[in-house]
Amino acid sequence: MTRFIFCLFFIFVAKTSFANLAYITNEKDNTVSVIDIKKNKVIRTVEVGQRPRGIIMSKDGKLVLICASDDDRVEVREAKTLKLKYYLPSGPDPELFILSPNDETLYIANEDDAMVTVVDMNDKMIIDDIPVGVEPEGMGLTNDGKVLVNTSETTNMAHFIDTSTLDILENVLVDARPRVAMFTPNDKEVWVSAEIGGTVKVINPSTKEVTHTIGFEIPGVNEESIQPVGVRHTNDGKYTFVALGPANRIAVIDQKTKELIKYLLVGQRVWQLAFTPDQKTLLTTNGVSNDVSIIDVEKLKVKKSIKVGRFPWGVVISPES
Amino acid sequence: MRSIYFLHIFLIYFCFGFFILEARELSIKQIEERKQSDLERLKEREKRGNKKFSKEITLSTKLIFLSMERKTPPVLSNLDPILDDEGFYGVKLAIEDNLTTGRFVGHDYKAEFHRILLNENLKSEFQKLLNQGNKFFIVDLNEKELKTLFETSNSEEIVIFNVRSKADSLRNENCKKNLLHIPPSYSMLSDALTQYLVKKKWNKWFLVTGPDENDRKYADALKKSAKKFNIKIKKEKVWDFSADLRRTAGKEVPIFTKGEKYDVLVVADEKGEFGEYLTYRTWDPRPIVGTQGLTPTSWHRTHEQWGATQMQNRFRRESGRWMTEVDYHAWTAVRSIGEAITRTSSNDVKDIRKYLLGEKFGLGAYKGVKVSFRSWNGQMRQPILLAAPRSMVSVSPQEGYIHPDSELDTMGKDQPESTCKF
Repeated sequence: MTRFIFCLFFIFVAKTSFANLAYITNEKDNTVSVIDIKKNKVIRTVEVGQRPRGIIMSKDGKLVLICASDDDRVEVREAKTLKLKYYLPSGPDPELFILSPNDETLYIANEDDAMVTVVDMNDKMIIDDIPVGVEPEGMGLTNDGKVLVNTSETTNMAHFIDTSTLDILENVLVDARPRVAMFTPNDKEVWVSAEIGGTVKVINPSTKEVTHTIGFEIPGVNEESIQPVGVRHTNDGKYTFVALGPANRIAVIDQKTKELIKYLLVGQRVWQLAFTPDQKTLLTTNGVSNDVSIIDVEKLKVKKSIKVGRFPWGVVISPES
Repeated sequence: MRSIYFLHIFLIYFCFGFFILEARELSIKQIEERKQSDLERLKEREKRGNKKFSKEITLSTKLIFLSMERKTPPVLSNLDPILDDEGFYGVKLAIEDNLTTGRFVGHDYKAEFHRILLNENLKSEFQKLLNQGNKFFIVDLNEKELKTLFETSNSEEIVIFNVRSKADSLRNENCKKNLLHIPPSYSMLSDALTQYLVKKKWNKWFLVTGPDENDRKYADALKKSAKKFNIKIKKEKVWDFSADLRRTAGKEVPIFTKGEKYDVLVVADEKGEFGEYLTYRTWDPRPIVGTQGLTPTSWHRTHEQWGATQMQNRFRRESGRWMTEVDYHAWTAVRSIGEAITRTSSNDVKDIRKYLLGEKFGLGAYKGVKVSFRSWNGQMRQPILLAAPRSMVSVSPQEGYIHPDSELDTMGKDQPESTCKF
């Protein structure tokens, strides 16, 4: 009987804690830090491949995928244990990637190679590579997985790709060094951040026209250090969060009016962002201060920061299981 | 007390963060492997036979890269190869980058490489290029040669990008409306270095200048920076021994540097005739800065932040050697033209010049912030690297040097001090 209770307890603990884990890639440490969001602390640090940057999870929450940029491959790990399951070929220098809604196709931006590599998750093979602009990075996908948007940092474009034919549909010029492309939850807009340009462009995916350009001004912070990178939309259509790099702030923007609501001060050189599944909490990776800030989305306040490894880059949070 | 402890930890982390390597550089073997796999993937791609996105070409632009053959100088270092292709691969890579963008918008780019040989005349060769109707020139020439170009033609129908000369006079009294400068001027370099030395409180200098004209210009800029930032030059000496120091430096240098109280030995020796031999041989143990030791520069092999690793690797794959300053300047010049053409959909010289000198222009050039041109003298404003031979020490402008428009303008002649009149 006691054994039974013990088992039950164990399962219970495993299940609840699993739903609240954040995985952070530490670019200079070659590790992934695992944060228990409820407890607000790092519960584990796991060694991974060289220069881990982009990190995502399969929709079922069972797999964690990591771009090991300097190993020129993608690592697929079991989410629970972070044990390495297998490698996926990725083309050289994978930086950011995205999975199709059915978890069957992986689209990878090869920063060093001006290519988007398309990998079949079942066969674990490269199906195709799509020539895009120089230094591709940001990857955005519509909910139905039909249109992929890739940004190229030196070409300064957002490339719209038809995922059924893997051909480029259109190329839209954005501002200098575009880093992230993110569709709004209703797929009616795609937001593209430009790190050096200091702006976020909102593009209508059907007309491929830029409908808004969002600029930022922060008193006491010089214009050059305002460098937008990470973009995340809330599903209720209320807010969009933009990480501003060395300005050390997150801009909160009204998703509908595109007007600025406020700036939240976080750690140094903030790049990537991730929501918890309930979207009540937002995590940021702060590369230079080597920590992660935790933001309360309802109150729009920074709650806490948690020390992780050196140069935290990407972040992903496990879905509800 | 505890807060001080945390402050220290914070500072250590903060400083450390700046110096950490962004990524690995590839070894020659890895570069060769990478080239091989690139070729294989290219073959695979051709086999699959999928089409490349391309628009019909609506705009074609030809650029001229102009350089001079030079007499091979005596070998001063056994380490560095003497390059006769500086700038070439910078242009080549930038043309490829421009073509990638151009493919999506219907713009084509071409570069022609012209090298004036020792027995040829710069003026007449340049005139020939002008007669052919060329409009965009990337020139790897020194100050005097640049002046010759302007004696040949002062036409505003052309635009010239200087990728070598750092002479301040070209940015001031001898400036030209259609001459844009990518290299930082001597005064930008010396201000960048001085800002850092002020931060370190290394305020007492011993300045050693080489025999060349360029060394004097460098030293002049250093002296002006010293005045600007309240530095004391305790001693100033000219190095005019012409002996090869490889075997005798141990005897010469201690005596040369004896007898002064100073914090840092500042050296102006662009050719590297003696500067390299000062380190570890001074009478007192002092660091060396300037053209040797800790060097202010626009590009360096140790630079790997802000995506520079990608650039270094792409360059090495293309050329088999490290990117030099001139290569970087050439890349930046061609990319600036490309960016202006992409944004304006025009390759008219006047449109391009207006766009480049305007507020809208900003180029990502692996420096963390955008680079742009100073409207008052055509100089590219840019962060300046402070590099030691094997590590990036800092990047100027240093924190705390503020400016109403751009902190980058705390280095070099700012608008009010500029004597340039277009």
